[in-house]
Amino acid sequence: METVISIKGIGKKYKIFHKQRGYVALRDVISSVIFKPFSYAKGKAKNILGRSTKEIFWALKDINFDVQKGEVIGVIGRNGAGKSTLLKILTGITPPTTGEVRIKGKVASLLEVGTGFHPELTGKENIFLNGAILGMTKKETESKLNQIIEFSGIERFIDTPVKRYSSGMYVRLAFSVAAHLEPDILLVDEVLAVGDAEFQKKCLGKMDEVTKTAGRTILFVSHNMDAISRLCKKTVLLEEGEVAMFDDTDKVIARYLQTKQEAASATPFPVTDGEVTVRDFSISQEEKQTNEIAGEKPLNIRMDFSIAQKLQSFRAGIFIKNSLGTVITRSFVQDWDQTLESIEPGTYAASLTIPERLLRPGEYLVELKIFCSGTRGYFENQRIEKDFTLHSPKDFNEMQSKNTTTRGYFLIPTEWNIQKNG
Amino acid sequence: MSQLIATQKELHKPLTGWTKIIRPKKTFSLEDLRELWTYRELLYFFAWRDIKVKYKQTVIGIAWAIFQPSMAMVVFSFVFGKLANLPSDGTPYPIFVYSGLLLWQFFSSSLSDASTTLVSNASIVTKVYFPRLLLPIADSVTKLVDTFFASLVLIGLMIYYGYMPSLTGILIIPFLFLISFMAAEGAGLILSAINVKYRDVRYILPYFIQMLIFITPVIYPTSIAGAYEWVLKLNPMASVIESARAGLLGTALIDWQSLAVSATISGLLFIIGVIVFKKTERYFADVV
Repeated sequence: METVISIKGIGKKYKIFHKQRGYVALRDVISSVIFKPFSYAKGKAKNILGRSTKEIFWALKDINFDVQKGEVIGVIGRNGAGKSTLLKILTGITPPTTGEVRIKGKVASLLEVGTGFHPELTGKENIFLNGAILGMTKKETESKLNQIIEFSGIERFIDTPVKRYSSGMYVRLAFSVAAHLEPDILLVDEVLAVGDAEFQKKCLGKMDEVTKTAGRTILFVSHNMDAISRLCKKTVLLEEGEVAMFDDTDKVIARYLQTKQEAASATPFPVTDGEVTVRDFSISQEEKQTNEIAGEKPLNIRMDFSIAQKLQSFRAGIFIKNSLGTVITRSFVQDWDQTLESIEPGTYAASLTIPERLLRPGEYLVELKIFCSGTRGYFENQRIEKDFTLHSPKDFNEMQSKNTTTRGYFLIPTEWNIQKNG
Repeated sequence: MSQLIATQKELHKPLTGWTKIIRPKKTFSLEDLRELWTYRELLYFFAWRDIKVKYKQTVIGIAWAIFQPSMAMVVFSFVFGKLANLPSDGTPYPIFVYSGLLLWQFFSSSLSDASTTLVSNASIVTKVYFPRLLLPIADSVTKLVDTFFASLVLIGLMIYYGYMPSLTGILIIPFLFLISFMAAEGAGLILSAINVKYRDVRYILPYFIQMLIFITPVIYPTSIAGAYEWVLKLNPMASVIESARAGLLGTALIDWQSLAVSATISGLLFIIGVIVFKKTERYFADVV
């Protein structure tokens, strides 16, 4: 075996500024120098003495692992575990703070499909441009041009500016270029999360093919456990910026799912934000807390909270989001009872029953929302959420539609009235 | 902290065979130059993209490239030539100001593009690695094409007014553009570092760059300053424009000494710019 990626002691430090967010404006700096010279000088002095209020955050800590030639390695972990940071370091987009990576061979990265596409250029022109950005030479692109166009399935529009493309066509073309990269090492981040189900399948198929090409080494970051278990023999699990496990994919996924479950059930209630304390938030069906919901029975969402002092314009309720993060609907206690907008101190238990056969089967997220309309929101930095999987009603004759975008959001819970006339 | 991406031929390190090493690093090195060279094709594609987009409708593209300096020439000729009666070293004012404007526009647009290039290409810069220096360089190449079309008007004016350039005057032109390029990139790259850090700077920059035209002999000759001419000539663009006029219009003899000074200043500016840019480049992907 030949090691082609050797990661030694990689760490990445970020500074989090307490008062500022994002970039700094020069006018802010100037105004603080002029109007608050003392506190500005104090801040600078603290900075120099290393006692500033900046918080140091290690996105990655002491990462060590080697990848052998021809291996397909999955990288999984919760949001913020450092997966993307690791990939960005390996591609060279951002430098590490400590450590060293050694790489053997030509590297191409796919952090996004369609990077650098220009809307004014035609499909064909964008193939060349995107190819060059992804590290293909003009010759390589030329030799693959026909394959790329064919795979994308948009031959007819290849000489049309991409600004006239539908988003589906755009993604197809973009993935098609990416799929025909032939580096020794390919770094892939979550790109399969685009397009409709049919195209995703095609992409997975292509990934399968690519991974089987002898000698191709791939690092594949994804949230899609199906794809990971299908493509990767070994997988790295990142937890809070550290390698928690690096082993056979099955074992790693099992561990990941287990810790995810534990973390979800261990949400430490009560949680307090200002005047509001949430004591419990749960989803249940037939009196049992669960996140596997049968479609033919109603489900119940319950929240227990207490209020420390009288609040005005008060609203408490939920957002229901689908797997794409779209808010499907929302509901507040005050929707149907205006008197509760001015709420007395005390402890409350609110529950909502969502009827059976209402939502489409799928993955959902329920987010607890409490706020005083127009003045302040609660639990915004520390969201309280529960997810659940809604299964098809047993008697529902679901068509296996390939295209998720034409499924809609709701079920119409009645049957058609149909008669045969002649 | 910074990084080094060393693309090394295997010959140099036969024992290990690593082709790329990523580690924290602090300064600019010769490896960066070698890396630029390996990515030259991408430079071509960036320039090709911008030229293609700009000249997609060929006639409109060319017309636009000609329109801007021509319009400025007309306005300046009227305001500064006619009303203010500024001297023009004995040449007709329109051709005098146009020859200055050509170089000036190349310089100022390269400068302003270089200063915003990291921010305006953020979507690519945060997703793919390549030497970021390619972006401002590619912008300048695009500007050269604009200048080429705009210079057709100058040729027309020279024929109209009956000027014949000297051979030296023609041969010197590539060097004048090289000096302008280095000055524009140098200053632009320094400004880009400030721009990344303080994102509101880009709103001030256009005015700042516009003002620079008044300390450059575009609308007036340096001779106007009399004894203080040398102060004006510290601006590297001053000698560049004066030399172009000397070579093309025969306003004077080319002042080789001050041209050498401005080449040196531009070169230094360029080196400082590149070093500053390399430092910005390191943390740029983290602040966007």
